[in-house]
Amino acid sequence: MMSAEMKQMRAAKFAQRNRLNYVATVLALSAMAFGLFWLFWILIETVRLGIGGLSYATLTEMTPPPNEEGGLANAIYGSALMVGLATLVGTPIGVMAGIYLAEFDRTGWLANVTRFVNDILLSAPSIVIGLFIYAIAVNPLKTFSAAAGVLALALIVIPVVIRTTENMLQLVPAGLREAAYALGAPKWKVILSITLKAARAGVITGVLLAVARIAGETAPLLFTALSNQFWTSSLGQPMASLPVTIFKFAMSPYENWQKLAWAGVFLITLAVLGLNIVARVLTRQKT
Amino acid sequence: MLNTDTSIARTKIAIKNLNFYYGKFKALKDINLDIPEGRVTAFIGPSGCGKSTLLRVLNRMFELYPEQRAEGQILLDGENLLNSKDDVALLRAKVGMVFQKPTPFPMSIYDNVAFGVKLFENLSANDMEERVEWALRKSALWTEVKDKLQQSGSSLSGGQQQRLCIARGIAIKPEVLLLDEPCSALDPISTAKVEELIVELKADYTVVIVTHNMQQAARCSDYTAYMYLGDLIEFGDTKQMFFKPKRKETEDYITGRFG
Repeated sequence: MMSAEMKQMRAAKFAQRNRLNYVATVLALSAMAFGLFWLFWILIETVRLGIGGLSYATLTEMTPPPNEEGGLANAIYGSALMVGLATLVGTPIGVMAGIYLAEFDRTGWLANVTRFVNDILLSAPSIVIGLFIYAIAVNPLKTFSAAAGVLALALIVIPVVIRTTENMLQLVPAGLREAAYALGAPKWKVILSITLKAARAGVITGVLLAVARIAGETAPLLFTALSNQFWTSSLGQPMASLPVTIFKFAMSPYENWQKLAWAGVFLITLAVLGLNIVARVLTRQKT
Repeated sequence: MLNTDTSIARTKIAIKNLNFYYGKFKALKDINLDIPEGRVTAFIGPSGCGKSTLLRVLNRMFELYPEQRAEGQILLDGENLLNSKDDVALLRAKVGMVFQKPTPFPMSIYDNVAFGVKLFENLSANDMEERVEWALRKSALWTEVKDKLQQSGSSLSGGQQQRLCIARGIAIKPEVLLLDEPCSALDPISTAKVEELIVELKADYTVVIVTHNMQQAARCSDYTAYMYLGDLIEFGDTKQMFFKPKRKETEDYITGRFG
């Protein structure tokens, strides 16, 4: 039997624990409410003002001069082209470097140096990367160009993809690798058909998140691709993009430009949201 | 000295003066052991005794980890596989392995079985289908999966996955099959199926099984090696070992008086 004294002590202790639990829950909930409040406000404003500026012309017409009708077609095209090319350039490099770190050299000095440099790149402000490309590609050639923009965006993609690829491959159980080796499979086959395949969803998610990140980058493009009022598909010329156009239009005093800026913001938000949803669905399938 | 008299069957693998190191730690001490052909040999002993380590030397699995090192000789049909110049893949095609945890590859049931075969043979689609069916029948899985060969291997139950791994192992027609505690993650029914399978497999293969389960060793092995702290304490006929072990240590372990 439990003594009365002991019972009392337990009851007091339990009540204290419940109070603490309650306080912690309230604190956590208010923190969440604070965060969500701003997030939803941003989303609601974006949708409210963005839909207002959105029309068929937004998707089909060129960016207009002040106080004239127009759209964002060249900026949308420019963004899609540069983001697409940067992903095409950055993904193979990032995936292969990630494979090297996870499968070939986990602890060597080269791997450690690579990881360290990659971490720096990962957290480098994107404006630094923009200026770097400006210094090595734009300034010597004396012209802003879409190619320089692609280069700058690719430099942002690479570290993100390296990191996620390495992490995802490391999550693949050692037993799976050993089982493949035990069948006499060569290393390249084990990596391609087994480990990379097992980590596929995670690697693709990493790429999608990198795409989502560069889709909204302004700073690296300001110094590289700049902008262009007209449609161009030449990589050697300045090219419009959604973020730079938004930057230019939103700061202007012209009402039609401001409306288009909001429409652009809405489009980017929609695209990033879509990419994040796809990434989520992919990772859920894996587990 | 140890009784290593296995004169009835031919020796498939002869282990001679084998020492094994994890870095500086000596995990196997001067092991001498003849594994007979066409029989089931069990390695038993408490955790950390080196039985899995010994198994992983037999297909040079340890070489995946640079800090692990083996010294001595392991003669497979008379040829030392430890200093062989041949590609290790060719050895592993002869000496297959099934692991403790089921490890289905991220692909269909059919491709799981075909994966290893494709590495060594160019079979026509028909021949490949036959081979996959043969391996799945052999591992007593065919009737359960024949209608869903294109489903993912990981959709199977744990016991089925383990039999899939055995099918994958025998599909490449190895000569030796190494089983590293193949039933430790399985329920009793699946365990019984895998054990039946092991007994059947010895008609065509030399089987070496590591197990923590004394009854399992008694039920399905012909020869048993008892190991302790990196030493081979006793090796001999399973029946004799379980009824009348020669060494006191073996008797204590088998009867549960160990420790």
